[in-house]
Amino acid sequence: MKRVFADDHYLAQWPTNLSFAKGLAKSPVTSVSWFAAEAYCEWKGKSLPTTDQWEYAASESGKDAEKMKEKILAWYERPTKAKIPPVGSGSVNRFGIHDLFGLVWEWTLDFNGLIQSAEARESGSKDTNQFCGSGSLGALDPTDYASFMRYSFRNSLKANFTVASLGFRCAREAP
Amino acid sequence: MRYPNSWNQVKRLSALIAFILAGASNAPAGDNDQKNLDEQIKGEERAVLTDAPNVPPAITRKNATKVIVHLEVKEVEGEISSGVRYVFWTFGGKVPGKFIRIREGDLVEFHLDNHPSSKMPHNIDLHAVTGPGGGAASSFTAPGHSSVFSFKALNPGLYIYHCATAPVAMHVANGMYGLILVEPKGGLPKVDYEYYVVQGDFYTKGKNGDKGLQPFSMVKAIDERPDYVVFNGSTSSLLEDRALPVKAGETVRLFIGNGGPNMTSSFHVIGEIFDRVWPEGNTNTVTENVATTMIPAGSAAIVDFKVNVPGNYVLVDHSLTRAFNKGALGMIKASGEENKLVYSGKISDEVFLPEGSGIRVADQKSAKAPVATSKVERVAAGRAVYAANCAACHQSNGEGIPHAFPPLAKADFLNADKLRAIKVVTGGLTGKVTVNGQEFNGVMPAWSLSDEDIANVLSYVYASWGNSGKEVTAQEVKANRVKVGAKGQVVE
Ligand code: HEC
Ligand SMILES: [Cu+2]
Repeated sequence: MKRVFADDHYLAQWPTNLSFAKGLAKSPVTSVSWFAAEAYCEWKGKSLPTTDQWEYAASESGKDAEKMKEKILAWYERPTKAKIPPVGSGSVNRFGIHDLFGLVWEWTLDFNGLIQSAEARESGSKDTNQFCGSGSLGALDPTDYASFMRYSFRNSLKANFTVASLGFRCAREAP
Repeated sequence: MRYPNSWNQVKRLSALIAFILAGASNAPAGDNDQKNLDEQIKGEERAVLTDAPNVPPAITRKNATKVIVHLEVKEVEGEISSGVRYVFWTFGGKVPGKFIRIREGDLVEFHLDNHPSSKMPHNIDLHAVTGPGGGAASSFTAPGHSSVFSFKALNPGLYIYHCATAPVAMHVANGMYGLILVEPKGGLPKVDYEYYVVQGDFYTKGKNGDKGLQPFSMVKAIDERPDYVVFNGSTSSLLEDRALPVKAGETVRLFIGNGGPNMTSSFHVIGEIFDRVWPEGNTNTVTENVATTMIPAGSAAIVDFKVNVPGNYVLVDHSLTRAFNKGALGMIKASGEENKLVYSGKISDEVFLPEGSGIRVADQKSAKAPVATSKVERVAAGRAVYAANCAACHQSNGEGIPHAFPPLAKADFLNADKLRAIKVVTGGLTGKVTVNGQEFNGVMPAWSLSDEDIANVLSYVYASWGNSGKEVTAQEVKANRVKVGAKGQVVE
C-alpha cells in the first residue's frame, strides 16, 4: 500500500498483504486505513456508515441503558488484546445489530467531522468543537464518558492511519 | 530541625545584586520570560527520565541546551492494592509518569509516543509549557502513532503534567500524570536524598478491598467519592521493603505532586517538620518550618527536611481517612544512631485497654471473597489477608520485631497447636508468651475476620517460612473461634 493511503502498521497482524493467520479467520479485520475500508465497502456496493448513522444505531434506551454504558466503558478502558474475538461473539442491540461494542473501534465515513479534507487536515487545527459539530446527542452529555471516548478516538485519526483495534462495517440504505 | 539555610542567604544576596543591577526599578512581569526566551541554546542532550520514587540527577550545566524527551504512553494492568487489579493509563508504564528534569531556558523537543496496543488516543498538557493547552493540542496521538512538538522553558518551578484527552477526568483518574521540574538557573540547594512522590485518587466499581480486576467507576468519580487515595499508584508503593531509605542526620527532599483528579492533599510526614517548602512548586518563594502543606490537584510542592533521629516516618494525606482507609500512606526509613536528646523513645509502656477497644475491625472486607476450594487456593488467598492485616506487626517475612511482635516464622508456639492459633487470632492475645525462647508481653487485638479469611491466613502462615505446613479449614475456625461480644469482651 502506498504510504498516503495507509501508514506503516497497515495489516500489521498479517504476514503479507494477501494472507492472514488461520486463527484470525473469524475476527474482524483491523489495522486498515479509512481509504482501504471505504474502498472495500464501495466494492460491495455499500459505504462506511456516517458518524450519525453509527451513533443512532448504537444508541440505547430503556432501563438497561445505564448498565450498557458501564459495560462499554469497561471495554473501552482496557488495552487491545493481540487476538480479537470472532465477529458475532459480542452483544446484539435492540435493532438486531451485533458487536457495536466489545470487539473493535469502527471507522465512520466522516470520522473527524470533515469528509472532504480528512486526509489533508492538520493536527494543529483539531478542535473540540468538532465533537459537537456532527450533531450527535450522546457526546453532549458530560456524564457520558463512553461517547467522549468514541469522539476523541475518531478525532485522533487521519484517513491513512491504521490501528490494531480499529476495524469497520459497511452500511447501505434500507430498500 | 533547622540547618544553616545557605540557600536563603544566597537568594537574598542575589536579589540584592539584581536590585542593584536593575537600577532600583521593579522588573515588570514577564521580564524573566523574555530573558529565558533570549538565552542562547548550546548543544543537545537526551533527557534522563526516571520512574518514581527516583529523581534524575541535578542539572549542573551553566547554559541552556536542547533537550530531547521521549515519553511513551502505555495502558497497563497493575495492582492498586493487595489482590486488587486496575488498568492504569500511564506516561512510561507506571503511575506516576516519568520524572522530567530540565533547566530554565532549555528548548525541549517533546516526542509523545502512543503504544500500538493502546485502546485510546492520548496527549499531554505540561503545566511548564506556556501556550494554548500546554502542548495538548499538538500532542494528540492515536494508538501506534507519535507526535512531536517543542517549547522553551520560560518559568522555573515544579509542575504537574497530565493527559488532556476527553474525558479528561477519566484519563487523569487512570493515572495519567507526572512531574516536570524546570530547575532554576543555579539549581536548588544541595541535599543528600531526592525522591519523587505523587498522590492520586482512584474510583473503582467495587468497594475498597474488593479483589480482582476493578473497572473505573464514572459515577463515583463524578461524585468525588474515591475508593483509593494513594501515593505512586498503589497502597504499598512506599511501604515495607519499598520504604524510602535515608540516613539519620542527612537531608531529604521530596518532589511531591498531586495528580488528582479531584482531591486536594494535606501533605504531612508524621514526626517531621519541613525545614523548607516551596509551595505550589514555586522555586522563587521558600517558606520555613511547615508541618503540613496543601497541594492542590494539578499542582506540586518541594519539601526539604533533615532527619535527625532514626526510625520510620510516615507520609500521609492528613485528611486522615484517606490515609488510614484508602491507602494514602508511605514511609521513610531512617537508619543510624539514636539521638535521645532530640527524641527520647518510649520511656515506659503499660497496657491500656478500655472497654470496647479489644477488637480490631479487619481492613479487608471478606463479604465477597471467593471460597477457596483447595489448599493451594487457601494459601494464595491467605497471602493477601496477611499482607493487609498481619504484616504490619509480624513483618512480611514473618520474622516479627524483637521485644515487640513475636515471630511467626519457624515459631514453636504456632506450630505446637493449631486450635490454639485459631483462638489467638479470633480472640486476641495479651500477657506473657514465649516464642522460640523469647518472651513477649504485648497485646494482639482480636480479629473480626471471617472464618474463611482466618482459615486462609493461618494456612498461609503454616505453609510459609519453614512452618509445619498444616492446613486450617473454615469449619475448624468456626468450631474453635473465640466469640467476641459487641464491646470487644470475650464471651466464651
Ligand atoms: C498490632 C500488631 C499485630 C498485628 C497486626 C497482628 N499481631 Fe499477632 N501478635 C501480636 C503480638 C504483640 C503478639 C504477642 C501477644 C502477647 O505478647 O501476648 C502476637 C501473637 C500472635 C500469635 C501467637 C504468637 C506466635 O508468634 O505464634 C499468632 C499466631 C499471631 N499473632 C498471628 C497473627 C495473625 C495471623 C495476624 C493477622 C491476622 C496477626 N497476628 C496480626 C501483634 C500483632
Ligand atoms: Cu490519556
